[in-house]
This record gives sequence, C-alpha cells and structure tokens, in this order.
Amino acid sequence: MNNQITSDEFNPDYKVSSDFSIIKNIPFLLVGVVFGITLVKAEVVSWFRIQEMFRFDSFHMYGVIGTAVVVGMISVAIIKRFKMKTIQGEEIKIEPKKFSISQIFGGLIFGIGWAFTGACPGPLFALVGSGFAILFVSLLSAIIGTLVYGIFKDKLPH
Amino acid sequence: MIEFLSKPWPWYVAGILFGIAVPALLLIGNKTFGVSSSLRHICAACLPERFTYFSYNWKKETWNLFFITGIILGGFIAGYFLKNLAPPEIAAHTKQVLAQQGISDFNHLFPVELFNFKSLFTFKGFILMIVGGFMVGFGTRYAGGCTSGHSIMGLSNLQWPSLVATICFMVGGFVATWFILPYLLN
Repeated sequence: MNNQITSDEFNPDYKVSSDFSIIKNIPFLLVGVVFGITLVKAEVVSWFRIQEMFRFDSFHMYGVIGTAVVVGMISVAIIKRFKMKTIQGEEIKIEPKKFSISQIFGGLIFGIGWAFTGACPGPLFALVGSGFAILFVSLLSAIIGTLVYGIFKDKLPH
Repeated sequence: MIEFLSKPWPWYVAGILFGIAVPALLLIGNKTFGVSSSLRHICAACLPERFTYFSYNWKKETWNLFFITGIILGGFIAGYFLKNLAPPEIAAHTKQVLAQQGISDFNHLFPVELFNFKSLFTFKGFILMIVGGFMVGFGTRYAGGCTSGHSIMGLSNLQWPSLVATICFMVGGFVATWFILPYLLN
C-alpha cells in the first residue's frame, strides 16, 4: 500500500494524495458509526422488520425511510438555496442520476435479494459488525455479485 | 439517556439520523450518501485492472471505505454495548403468516433456524443467504445504487431515476415476499 501512495504522489494527475489520510477520513468513519448504530438500534437490520414492510403489516420501515427522505430533501434544498460550501470551502456538487433500463432490472433483482437476506448493503455491514458471522457469508456473496456484474456489465442491457 | 440507549429506537429517530447523514457527508467533503458503491471499490482494490468496471482510481473513494468501516464499527458498538434487550416486536399478522410458513423462533433479529451455518447448504438456506446476498450485490450495482444511494440520497436530490429504482426495489421485494418465499419456506 505504501508503495502505491508514493507512486501517486509522483503522478501529477493524481492531485489529492491525501485521500488516504486517516485524519481526513475520520469524519466519514464517524458518520458511518452513527449510521451503523442507528441501523441496529432501530431494528432496520432485522429480517422480520423487512418482512413486515413487504407485507404492509407495519409502518416502522416506511416511517424510517420516509423521514430520512424528508430530512434529506429539506437539507439538500437548503444547501442548494444558500449555495453552501463544504468545510474546506469547496462548492457542493451532486451528480444527477441518469435514467437507464438498468435501474429497473437491477432494482428488481436487488428487491428480491433484499427480501431473501432481509438486509440491504448497509445492514449487511452492520450485522457483520454486531458479530453475526453467518451474515458475513451473505456479504461475501454480495461482493461476488458485484464482481460478476462488473465482469458481464457490457453484455447486460443498460 | 441510559434507558433510551438500551431500548429500540423509534422510526422517527432513525429517519432523522439517516436524513442528517445526507447533508453531513456533503458538508464534510462533497460526498454523496451511498453504501453499495463500496462493494465496487472492494472489488477494484482486490482485482488486477482487467475489467473496465473495476479499473478506476478507487483510492479516490477511500472515504467510502472509511464510511463502511464506520458502519461495521457502529454495528459492533450497538451489538455489544447498546444491545436491544428485547427481540423486535413484529406485527402479529406477519408473525402469523411466517409461523404458517414454518418459522417458529421470533426471539432474534432474523430467523436463526434458517440463517445458520448448518442450513447454508440446504436448498432454503442457500437461496436465502447465498443467492439473496448475490442478488443484493449484483442488483444494487446494476441499478447504480441501493436503499441509501437511490432511495435516500437520490430522492433527497429529487432524481426521478432514483424513484424508478426505489419502486423497482419494492416491487422486487413484494414479488419475493408474496410469491416466492411462501413456496420456498414451506
């Protein structure tokens, strides 16, 4: 790893050699910690909670995602309205999402997987952290799924 | 406070905290909230640059790997120090339906009778844990995001393709729950 950082520092195209800096990345780690704790404490990591959601038997998960979207929407609107900058003074830019048929096919595939494992990617990481070794198998399988997607990407409709 | 930390958190607390993650990441470093891209970075970091999808400068996305390390750490903290003492209080109707499908243990976060190393190579276990996991990784990357990237970040930024993706996540889940799981579990 050290060698790679050194070679990047000598590469003029690679401006931000501090991407590996631990200090710089600690805030992202902390956001992850809060996110992970919340996933477990609000039982979003529960297979049963996901079943409840897909059966329309409980408001819990709809409440979680709905509130998150409302808070996120208001925040993004404020950031855009006041042209807020990052703490380093950079302009905040959010890449728009381009529509493609892949969102439909991929979305359906992920939806089925979500109901099977009872976990989307965030909860998979949080469950592994909580010590449920069995979910590490699903996480590994998800990584292999990504790998297979990457290999066959050009052969799939997009 | 201690009581709050040892009890399960209500939906609005979780929703607000998840929602705040969106501006937090933007303000800290112009990053968009999303978990599933980390799966791609993990592959890119481990593979030789043979496949175009994985040959990019993943080191520029190191923040995302720190972010998921944080999620794992958060899961650890919540699972060992702030553990919810009672199992999730699941809706009676869901319990009843699942009981009819052969699930009897509701005392954990997930059905431990299906999710364990022994049942990994039974048909049910293989489909739920391995095929399910595979579809999560394959599907989220094919769709270009998961519940966080599309449903929370994308919708927060009023992106209609993310709405399409979110609707498809739900449709896929409904199909699996209503039409596949009943046959698989019985």
